Amino acid sequence: MARNSLIRTADVKGALPVLLPFAPRGPAFDALFLVRWLGGIPAWLIALAALAVPVMALAQSGIGAESPFDKLLRWMPFLISKGFMFNILISFLAMALGTLVGALTGLALISRLAPLRWLAQAYVSFFRNAPWLVLLFIILLAFPFQITLFGHTVPLPGWVKTVIGLAFPLSANIAEVVRGAVQSVPTAQWEASESLGFSRRQTIWQIILPQCVKRMLPPWMNWYAILTMSTPLCSLLGVDEIISLTRQAMEAEGNRPELLMPFYSFALLLFLAYCYPIARFTLWLERRVAVKN
Amino acid sequence: MTPWTPDQPLVSIRNVHKSYGDIEVLKGISLDVMKGQVICIIGPSGSGKSTLIRCINALNDIQSGSILVEGQEVHDPKLDKLALRRKVGMVFQQYNLFPHKTALQNVMMAPIKVLKENRAEVEARARDLLKKVRLEGKENHYPGELSGGQQQRVAIARSLAMRPDVMLFDEVTAALDPETVKEVLVTIKDLAADGMTCILVTHEMGFAREVSDHVYFTDKGVIVEHGAPADFFGNAQDPRTRAFLDQVL
Repeated sequence: MARNSLIRTADVKGALPVLLPFAPRGPAFDALFLVRWLGGIPAWLIALAALAVPVMALAQSGIGAESPFDKLLRWMPFLISKGFMFNILISFLAMALGTLVGALTGLALISRLAPLRWLAQAYVSFFRNAPWLVLLFIILLAFPFQITLFGHTVPLPGWVKTVIGLAFPLSANIAEVVRGAVQSVPTAQWEASESLGFSRRQTIWQIILPQCVKRMLPPWMNWYAILTMSTPLCSLLGVDEIISLTRQAMEAEGNRPELLMPFYSFALLLFLAYCYPIARFTLWLERRVAVKN
Repeated sequence: MTPWTPDQPLVSIRNVHKSYGDIEVLKGISLDVMKGQVICIIGPSGSGKSTLIRCINALNDIQSGSILVEGQEVHDPKLDKLALRRKVGMVFQQYNLFPHKTALQNVMMAPIKVLKENRAEVEARARDLLKKVRLEGKENHYPGELSGGQQQRVAIARSLAMRPDVMLFDEVTAALDPETVKEVLVTIKDLAADGMTCILVTHEMGFAREVSDHVYFTDKGVIVEHGAPADFFGNAQDPRTRAFLDQVL
């Protein structure tokens, strides 16, 4: 389509050749990949998926006996309050820890001290590329089940370790978000600030970072959605989050195969229902930032 | 070293050389600016004008030569850059206002954060400065809500808030619409009339002729010719200067 119209313009008498913008082949890297995909799903499709759970459960029910949907209904309050809420808690804590460490690492990435920069670069490239589950297992096995600090023995339960284990790869990705945002501020801002006598530290904290916050927010939320969807990994470490509890619930109901789809679909639906508004909000935020700039 | 006195040049540039890699952009520039003088540097693009002006407040470094501001060597590695930048104000082609701050905050920021001055005093001064650049009523506007000419005048006020001894203007009207160029030039003219020492890199020949005490013509990294504006524009000697003036006038 675009090609055709191009040829036509070139045919116009006296038309001058122009340099076309360079378009890289394939989709470019997108800092909002998950959120864009999720937020792009129409809301009615999500609602339809929500309806599919009871329909599926009813379709698989035998005559006379309690249907899988009734069983699921009975477990729902427990699965949400004891299971999914724990996933949210883990995601909050890992996000807080990961953001803190990631922001510091991001600042180290733009440091003028070369050794500090190299260290941060090594940290970021390792933890961005290592598989999350492997990291979780390493943290689980490497950390003791309790630590003694100043004579006090603090237990280190599995879920605390998973928070730490998730925070590592997250912090590396947040660091990259911070670095990208800082570098997206024009160098002229640094020069203007320098010529007014601001020190480098003042420039970063008072001029550059405040301009970055708005740019960082959408990719930061994209990472929050990814993190939340990754919390079921913790079930493999024996943490009682939604997937572990779903499995236990099905065992309590006699491990019947017709329970698998409704129960797991319900868990999937919870994640979708939680992350979908986040995705839509992020896309809205991104549009607003784009318009303002 | 003897302390600087006002009868000596405020800015003294001696045999300055500057290269980017293998490309030498300044090939031995010397000029003096006395207190209260307004000088204009003109010349074709790529002649090193902007590089020169950026060297004066140490945004660019130099390979050899000397730049003294009030007797202080700018390219001394032990230089207190804050002290230098208090003396030298700079206005850029692209205004470079801080987009997350209002016009008033842009003007107030450096005196409060850098000079640690009293907030109330700074605010009073900032409001006066905005009035002086004819932007009364725009105090609480963000840069994005102002026209290019208005932004540039905020940038001038922001620089003046540091109470500099000399102002550098780096092609400050080059990015502006023709109709807003004038309002910025008027502001600079007011400043010059108040006795501010100004060094301008400009393409506005009419303005250079009207406002400056001395005009320098640079080409390919050297000063080809300089003189009082009447002589310079009326009676240029060097063929390169004449060719340039023929093109732009």
